[in-house]
Amino acid sequence: MTVVAEAMVLPGAALPAAAPLIEVNDLKMHFTIAAGIVRKRAATVKAVDGVSFTIARGETLGLVGESGCGKTTTGRCILRLENPTSGSILFEGQNLCGMDRGSLNEKRQRMQVIFQDPFSSLNPRMKVGTIIGEPMKVHGIHPNQKEREARVAELLSVCGLNPKFMDRYPHEMSGGQRQRVGIARALALKPEFIVCDEAVSALDVSIQAQVINLLEDLRDQFNLSYLFISHDLSVVRHLCHRVAVMYLGRLVEIADADELFNNPLHPYTQALLDAVPIPDPELEKGRTHKAMKGEIPSPINPPGGCVFHPRCPLAVDSCQKEVPQLRQMTAGHWVACPRV
Amino acid sequence: MAERPPAADVVAPLAAARRPFVRALWTWARNQPLGAVSASGVMLLIVMAVFAPQLAPFDPLEPHYDTMLAAPNAEYWFGTDQFGRDVLSRIIWGARTALYVGFTCAILGSTLGLVLGVASAYIGGWFDLVVQRIIDVFLAFPLIILALVAVAVFGTGTDKVIIAIALPFVPECARVVRSGALAIRELPYIDAARALGFSNLRIILRHMAPNCMAAYLIMLTSFLGQAILTEASLSYLGMGVQEPNAAWGLMLQGGAALYAESAVWVAVFPGLAITLAVFAFNLLGDALRDTLDPKLRSR
Repeated sequence: MTVVAEAMVLPGAALPAAAPLIEVNDLKMHFTIAAGIVRKRAATVKAVDGVSFTIARGETLGLVGESGCGKTTTGRCILRLENPTSGSILFEGQNLCGMDRGSLNEKRQRMQVIFQDPFSSLNPRMKVGTIIGEPMKVHGIHPNQKEREARVAELLSVCGLNPKFMDRYPHEMSGGQRQRVGIARALALKPEFIVCDEAVSALDVSIQAQVINLLEDLRDQFNLSYLFISHDLSVVRHLCHRVAVMYLGRLVEIADADELFNNPLHPYTQALLDAVPIPDPELEKGRTHKAMKGEIPSPINPPGGCVFHPRCPLAVDSCQKEVPQLRQMTAGHWVACPRV
Repeated sequence: MAERPPAADVVAPLAAARRPFVRALWTWARNQPLGAVSASGVMLLIVMAVFAPQLAPFDPLEPHYDTMLAAPNAEYWFGTDQFGRDVLSRIIWGARTALYVGFTCAILGSTLGLVLGVASAYIGGWFDLVVQRIIDVFLAFPLIILALVAVAVFGTGTDKVIIAIALPFVPECARVVRSGALAIRELPYIDAARALGFSNLRIILRHMAPNCMAAYLIMLTSFLGQAILTEASLSYLGMGVQEPNAAWGLMLQGGAALYAESAVWVAVFPGLAITLAVFAFNLLGDALRDTLDPKLRSR
């Protein structure tokens, strides 16, 4: 395992940017499925299996892939909502894995999360003002209640909500409004890094656009870095500087957004982009879709070698044995496939 | 959640029903007639308990040696017992004991159970496993056996009886609350609370417990009836509230066996009081469960 970790040069390290804010090295998150009375290990789900990337300050990294490919788990590991099996997550050079609770809580003020479902991400028994104000109270940022309320009102208006919403319960608001409350809560501690876990997927298209614009504005205003987890490629293309493509717990390709969308190299990325419909019937008519064969394999017993080989149009025998490493094709464009 | 316009048949025949609370209460009473009846029964019990000194015609402890075992008559409505004490007055004062024990046990037992159940679900792992196995052991015994053991350990008397009855409630409530809390634990707002760096205690008490309120209230109301019944049983066995205090179970013990044929009123009236009180609390609990269960609410 360590050999792999050392052999892997960090994708993104070639970028001219300064020291990255987040640096993920060979992250692995394996879940054990226990069975029987003695709870012996029956199987291991390799949700994330050796993922490495960096995120610079002010940068947005998109993380795309099918359902169940480990995008969300990666995000949860970075937030330390899960305990990674191995690997390291450096936040400004400090490893979050194995950090004690006290220092972790201090770091947690600086990284936040926005969830997909605006209906279950807010505590239904709390008023909006409490939801946004509580983090400040806990971390002693505005111990004075008046100050805190003023700050909550400010955050609400930054997120495009009337400060009067403070006295409302989440169930009295619409999905888009709730998502804005979720964003305001994430901003309460003035974080530098936010994991957006499918942050707009549950919203109507018109609301999606508003929330995406809000996220963009906030990024520019506060110099935020995002890990933008999504399966909506058009949103990712619009919002992200760089995009990483995941398949079955591994990164298959990572490149600047324009480069990735214009020149996808990995056969999986190509298939993924090929599946995006074009909203123009004339153009769509002329396209030939190469449907990918087969289903995404179970992460409990992933295929040996390259995990994509059973579905890959380019696969050869050696793909079943060798695990492909990311290699740099052009500046900042990394692909884990020896056949391209 | 737009407010529904009141349907024509719900628009209250009462003038006061225009106020939202009264109207909501009236709608509830129409949907849950048994609940409404039991709620009035419970209200009556509470009034009896609170105003016992004003309501009781006689001192419940004062013997009238010239009128021992008098049949119900105009002066002693429910008759007198073997010491000449007025049965009605003792039942009214007994409501105080019953409700005091009932409410304290139910609130104590279910609140501790709520915290234990939520903590067990939230912390998980070994803690959860061990707590749940201990709860299994407790649930294997009937309530009265556990209460008897607790009385044997702590001794008799009202306060110790409360502990004896409340303790077995804790695992029962914890088990029910845990099942709901397990689902809540996986919701994003709990993840958000963790990501915000809140302490475990804060997450358990401020974020999870308030969202387990439905289960908590249902357990609490079901415990009320059980606690009253168990207190009566313990007192009947001589291991609960002690003479000369007025308690329904104690009144049964004093009169039941000896005067079952010659002076039935000594046993019948306290027996009725226990039955009606437990009935009222249980029916109220049922109605409350139906009201709080979102799956049944739409009907």
